[in-house]
Amino acid sequence: MTAETAAGVGVVRAAVVAALIVVGSFFLLVGTVGLLRLPDVYNRLHATSKATTLGAASMFLAGFVYFGPGGNGLTSLVGILFLFLTAPTGGHMISRAAERMGVDFFGLATWPPEREGPVEDADVPAPPKREEPEPSDRDGEQPFDRDADP
Amino acid sequence: MASDPAFLELAVQAGLVLSAALTLLAGYRVVAGPTTPDRVVALDTIGTNVVAIAVLVAIATGFGSFILVSLVLAIIGFISTITVANYVTEGDIIR
Repeated sequence: MTAETAAGVGVVRAAVVAALIVVGSFFLLVGTVGLLRLPDVYNRLHATSKATTLGAASMFLAGFVYFGPGGNGLTSLVGILFLFLTAPTGGHMISRAAERMGVDFFGLATWPPEREGPVEDADVPAPPKREEPEPSDRDGEQPFDRDADP
Repeated sequence: MASDPAFLELAVQAGLVLSAALTLLAGYRVVAGPTTPDRVVALDTIGTNVVAIAVLVAIATGFGSFILVSLVLAIIGFISTITVANYVTEGDIIR
């Protein structure tokens, strides 16, 4: 372990790879603990879609440092770019599906009220409260009443 | 590989063990999730963990082609997440 070994990586590169692996493992741990412990679909999505993505990106970066800037290392950079493009998209799709299914928030949180006019009249003191969607009786009918009368 | 420093081997093995354990723990949310989006979120997390495991296997064994395996796993995970989210939404509307 003096300097550059014959076929493996050097000590400095190995230290960088090990540090990136430790950081990635930490973020994967944080994401999975958030997935297990948080009380809501949206909170769990918040935990996993950022922390887990950052952990996997750190692992990819470790692969880039290990395999060098050509071939497989470049594939690792492509993987980082792909993860950063697709993880927010997937999270947005899941959260929109949960909102359409009528999954409620934990506690007293509600969706923000839908404004009718333009954004300039944001100085109203109490915005109109959104109608409660009655999440219990959604079995067998549409979640939105855009075609209420058949 | 065999000629890497010892602490790198230790870090890679520890990362593999931790990632595998976290994947197993995320399976609890798949089984016991109250709603369907919970299960989808947990499956997405499992997919990302398996991507990290494939990268760690690539570093541990020295076969750089496992990076391609991890990239394909990421693509499949993204497509499956989008598909399940669409299926949940559309199935609820059509029914």
